[in-house]
Amino acid sequence: MQHVSPIREPLVTGGKTYHDITEDVCRQVEAKPNVRWAAAFAVSLVGLAIFFYSVYRTLWYGIGEWGLNKTVGWAWDITNFVWWVGIGHAGTLISAILLLFRQKWRTSINRAAEAMTIFAVICAAMFPVLHMGRPWLAYWVLPLPNTFGSLWVNFNSPLLWDVFAISTYFSVSLVFWYIGLIPDFATIRDRATGPIAKRAYALLSMGWTGSAKAWSRYETVSLILAGLATPLVLSVHTIVSFDFATSVIPGWHTTIFPPYFVAGAIFSGFAMVLTLMIITRKVFKLEDYITLEHVESMNKVIILTGSIVGIAYTTEFFIAWYSGVEYEQYAFINRAFGPYWWAYWSMMTCNVITPQLFWIRKIRRSLTATFIISIFVNIGMWFERFVIIVTSLHRDYLPSSWAMFSPTIIDIGVYVGTIGLFFTLFLLFAKFFPVVNMAEVKHILKSSSEVKHHHSSHAKSMHGTSSESNTNTHHSNE
Amino acid sequence: MNKKFVLGIYDDEDVLLEAIENVRAAGTKIYDVFTPFPVHGMDDVLGIKRSRLPIVAFFCGLFGTSFALWMQIWMLGFDWPMIIGGKPHIAIPSFIPVTFELTVLCAAFGMVITFFIVQRLKPSLKVNVFDKRSTDDKFVMAIEVNEGVTDVNALNNLLRSNGAIEVNEKEVIK
Repeated sequence: MQHVSPIREPLVTGGKTYHDITEDVCRQVEAKPNVRWAAAFAVSLVGLAIFFYSVYRTLWYGIGEWGLNKTVGWAWDITNFVWWVGIGHAGTLISAILLLFRQKWRTSINRAAEAMTIFAVICAAMFPVLHMGRPWLAYWVLPLPNTFGSLWVNFNSPLLWDVFAISTYFSVSLVFWYIGLIPDFATIRDRATGPIAKRAYALLSMGWTGSAKAWSRYETVSLILAGLATPLVLSVHTIVSFDFATSVIPGWHTTIFPPYFVAGAIFSGFAMVLTLMIITRKVFKLEDYITLEHVESMNKVIILTGSIVGIAYTTEFFIAWYSGVEYEQYAFINRAFGPYWWAYWSMMTCNVITPQLFWIRKIRRSLTATFIISIFVNIGMWFERFVIIVTSLHRDYLPSSWAMFSPTIIDIGVYVGTIGLFFTLFLLFAKFFPVVNMAEVKHILKSSSEVKHHHSSHAKSMHGTSSESNTNTHHSNE
Repeated sequence: MNKKFVLGIYDDEDVLLEAIENVRAAGTKIYDVFTPFPVHGMDDVLGIKRSRLPIVAFFCGLFGTSFALWMQIWMLGFDWPMIIGGKPHIAIPSFIPVTFELTVLCAAFGMVITFFIVQRLKPSLKVNVFDKRSTDDKFVMAIEVNEGVTDVNALNNLLRSNGAIEVNEKEVIK
């Protein structure tokens, strides 16, 4: 009843106090792993084992272990790369763009979403690096002196732009995430009882004390990093789309790609955040912090970006016809009605039709429905990349070289393996790091919690009779 | 040399803000205030100046832009010119993505490294926290005691009358 606007729902329910937030978030970090976590971790480790085996096969026997052929030289590897990078985008969107827009609902989900970004980019990076065939020479993509043995790198190539975009994106996201973690590590450090935990969190917290000047600088740094990360996240998927758009392959050579890819990235990323958060809030009992209001807000973003993606698919078709280029027209007819029709229609169903169900409020606020639809979106967005990449390549200008692509068990293994890698990292994060940003949730507690938290008698006497006088006074400064 | 501090413990940020104003108005110098989260309005009542870190970010970004442009123009335009896709040697539009990325990279890292240095944040096992509850749910106002000058009792009363739930003394060994 004490939140800012009467039409907004509270963001923290259950009448929490500052101390409750600390307790609720630290409980997971301090307690012994629970059974559900351990079971999930065991499954993830199996996935990780599959990853290592598939990588071993790929490196030992070479890229021939994958199903690529002369016509389809890019398939699952780039599909998975774009899929993972896209998933990562939601984390930055939540932590940076929503910070600039002063959306308070970001505070309880930004930590986990940013962690997702970092782990997703790690998974994404595996694919181009493995596709090099000799990953130990991966540093050749950096601009090294040509006396080193080759010419300078080609700065006209979008593949090189990718190197700079992905590595910048990864390192800036990591720093942004870590800066946010420092005060929370300090909280855990000051509560820690075990000698290892005490030392580990002391090192991680960098000697943070929470002094006034430190917070002032911290807020400045967060704001500027958000301002930098916002164009950065848009640039990353733009550059990823340039990998295709700057080529002369029908179906790839289109100017719509950058905005279409960015919307798709946010779309798939929010779906993944929902998949993860619905499980996390349940397993770690964080229902008071990640509420239905949060789920609904994210579902609204899914309707918006899902619709943009739908319009992009339609526009592509229209432009193919309108361009009068027969190769372009054939590429699109072939996508929808050629041998890969099933992939195209899976994409259309999962990405364009299912998210429209969120127009119905009941579905938007149903956890089960949201979870199922978020899985559909994840699948649909994988098919989108598969459709763009494989259907455009498999029938090129020369019918004698037309071919089909079928993945090998190793292709599948690397992909499933990165999912294992992702969940291994995410579960470790969820166990040892605070999954909810405590400092930021405490910061919004007074303005956005359900029940006004307890005030000491001193506080009451200070402010006289009305308890409302305390509410929102500092927020008027914002 | 050991330093002595009087710590006023608060449990509400609005009470704290008012207390800071009153304590400063009474002519007492506040050493520092420790809070579990950023309290808006704190900078004004404590008289903390706006951070100049954005300026650092700007100049680091500017360095990134110039470095990236110089690097690409020199490498492909002068050191080893090649014709790629019929483009001129110095194809500025092609150089923009890398220039943008390096601008962001330098601005972000330059600012964050500066932040770590000026705030003296570094991995260390020794942490000097006045009151451990200040990273949980309490707000701590620390006032330095000058031996023989500061009236600790008066200070105690001043803090309590301004809403402190506890007043403690703490000695810090330097």
